[in-house]
Amino acid sequence: MTATAMDPTVFTGEADAEATDTSAVSVGVVTFPGSLDDRDAARAVRLAGAKPVNLWHADSTLDGVDAVILPGGFSYGDYLRCGAIARFAPIMESVVSAANAGMPVLGICNGFQVLCESHLLPGALIRNDHQHFICRDQDLVVENAGTAWTLDYTQGQTIRIPLKNGEGGFVATDDVLDELESTGRVVFRYQGFNPNGSLRDIAGISNERGNVVGLMPHPEHAVEAGFGPEAGSGTDGQGIFSSAVRTLVANG
Amino acid sequence: MARVVVEVMPKPEILDPQGKAISGGLSRLGFTGFGEVRQGKRFELEFDGDITDEVLAQAREAAEKLLSNPVIENVVAVRPLEDA
Repeated sequence: MTATAMDPTVFTGEADAEATDTSAVSVGVVTFPGSLDDRDAARAVRLAGAKPVNLWHADSTLDGVDAVILPGGFSYGDYLRCGAIARFAPIMESVVSAANAGMPVLGICNGFQVLCESHLLPGALIRNDHQHFICRDQDLVVENAGTAWTLDYTQGQTIRIPLKNGEGGFVATDDVLDELESTGRVVFRYQGFNPNGSLRDIAGISNERGNVVGLMPHPEHAVEAGFGPEAGSGTDGQGIFSSAVRTLVANG
Repeated sequence: MARVVVEVMPKPEILDPQGKAISGGLSRLGFTGFGEVRQGKRFELEFDGDITDEVLAQAREAAEKLLSNPVIENVVAVRPLEDA
């Protein structure tokens, strides 16, 4: 691979603007100080046929986007607790009220932590039980193919996408876990191997309405052949982004 | 400058991987006799003025809103820092 091909600006510079389609659907991707995967998320949005819009943590408006993604990374250096400072960023007030009004919102990894800290999703993410950072291609079962972000999967489908976290252990009280299970709000479950000690192998959950979804693994790193996990299709993450586009188109 | 101390601990029922690692380190160093270790956080908040009940109440609110996550942590102490 050449140095040019590794240059992330290749995907987000002016060449991108030309390649951007004219779809009416726009998806905002929030950049916090320390966000890492905002560009990959924006790229995944574009590959799904929607228009990615860069949103800045210090802004307070969502620029008229139809959906929002909180990307992975280490917002505010993970100081205090992962997502704890980002949750009070100016833009989060708009994200929370839009989410409560039904806008599709996705949190990936650090974004999932921000959603939990914001109380848009229940539970919390704690340090991996084995105490190490882990990076691997991870199998997940799609346990609910009815949310705004999972419509393009089939119920029970197994997908393989990258996972990379140090604090990905999902915890909640038994009551909350029982409620999540009984109401179909466990959206993704780890299959074959639990990489971080998450209770009941939970990898991703949704709110009651199904418009807000958070997951620890990274679908945005598995949206293009040749760049995702080597085994399997390598593009199993696409469905997340195409689902949101389909949801938004259906909602007019 | 007066200070308020806030102490936060992981809830007893929540796994504490850091505490577990520390516990392993202790026994490797020969500090036997210590069992489980739990690791918490201590914050010192400076305040310009006397630490009144009102100030403590404000610190308690901050502790619950930002300094701790009630899903996984308990605020175990909010008190004025005694001068050494």
